[in-house]
Amino acid sequence: MDASTIIAKRIARELRDGMLVNLGIGIPTAVANHVPEGVRVFFQSENGLIGTGPAPEEGMAHRLLTDAGGRPVTALPGACTFDSATSFGLIRGGHVDMTVLGALQVDARGLLANWMIPGKMVPGMGGAMDLVTGAKRVVIAMQHTAKGKPKIVKQCTLPLTSSRPVSLLVTEMAVISFEEGAAMLRETAPGVSVQQVLAATEADLKVPSQVPQMQL
Amino acid sequence: MQTLSIENAVSKIPDGASLMVGGFMGVGTPERIVDEIVRQQKRDLTVIANDTAAPGVGIGKLVSAGVLRKAIVSHIGTNPETQRRMLAKEMEVELVPQGTLIERIRAAGFGLGGVLTPTGVGTVVEEGKQKLTINGREFLVEIALRADFALVGAFLADYLGNLTYALTGRNFNPVIAMAADTVIAAAEHIVPTGVIAPDHVMTPAPLVDYLVTN
Repeated sequence: MDASTIIAKRIARELRDGMLVNLGIGIPTAVANHVPEGVRVFFQSENGLIGTGPAPEEGMAHRLLTDAGGRPVTALPGACTFDSATSFGLIRGGHVDMTVLGALQVDARGLLANWMIPGKMVPGMGGAMDLVTGAKRVVIAMQHTAKGKPKIVKQCTLPLTSSRPVSLLVTEMAVISFEEGAAMLRETAPGVSVQQVLAATEADLKVPSQVPQMQL
Repeated sequence: MQTLSIENAVSKIPDGASLMVGGFMGVGTPERIVDEIVRQQKRDLTVIANDTAAPGVGIGKLVSAGVLRKAIVSHIGTNPETQRRMLAKEMEVELVPQGTLIERIRAAGFGLGGVLTPTGVGTVVEEGKQKLTINGREFLVEIALRADFALVGAFLADYLGNLTYALTGRNFNPVIAMAADTVIAAAEHIVPTGVIAPDHVMTPAPLVDYLVTN
């Protein structure tokens, strides 16, 4: 299983029936492919849609029906559309149960940097700052390291997305939670040892006596 | 409301004007108005919109044509031309969190001086802004944002100028229609008055100054 599939499948296990969920671009988008059986989730696209469905079959795309990345999507029966003020009212107002976002860095306290690398990449924050500030639960989907360098750092060196810590971080190696300002190793991926996780992590992790294996 | 040809509608826009433009990654952007702005070679425009789309798409056409002095947007990551012009100082870019941007526009249209938002507290976004603590929580004061023109991309317009939008083409459109001195709308279909049921009107006709003829 490749890294993004491991991450997406594990995060999908956080989904609960009836949740309103916003998925970011990249690995987070793949979470929609692994919704557990019997669980009905409402996916929001922040460009103004609840009930986002899979990509349309070839030739069936509607020019005015896209996700927040501008790619054609479908709308499931029962979907609804709205303007951007309503869409961000849903996000900032705490009506979105869970958001899944990518990251450049997450630090020991759970603070997130995911919107710019000064001097190199300035795409803009889009809706990320509102999502991290307002969603009930913020789950990060990212590879554990970038080109061998830890992305889970003592303190973010890149500009922060929010002063609010994220709730959960899932990588292809581990599940880490952030409660009371401390990073805690919750699970390791199949075939990955606690030592391997610690070696690939710059931030200090609390390690309980028992660390269960990630269920996929 | 007055109906105008695309040429006459766009000729109302002077060089240096500020424009709010509907659309999200080009979806819901009035492309015909954008094309005509490029054709009339406007200059020094400020655009206020969600993003600058991509080269050759929606607002991306305004970027590539060099008609913009400034863009106030939430995202430019999908348009390398915007990033290049920003770094070369050919164009100014002000990045605003998406929820804050739409709410600043909404505030202007709804007669408010601004809004208090938690978004951006503790980040570079708070630099130079007033902070208020309400019930123990910090908020940024984000001031209202108006423009000279709103360029609205509708799906249906009736003969009076009532508008509806389709699917994710709605986005910024009904909000900017409240927040500009002059509203120019282009619709995919113009239909007889009454075809759009009262409950389905998303932008009331009195807000629309000019409807571009199809």
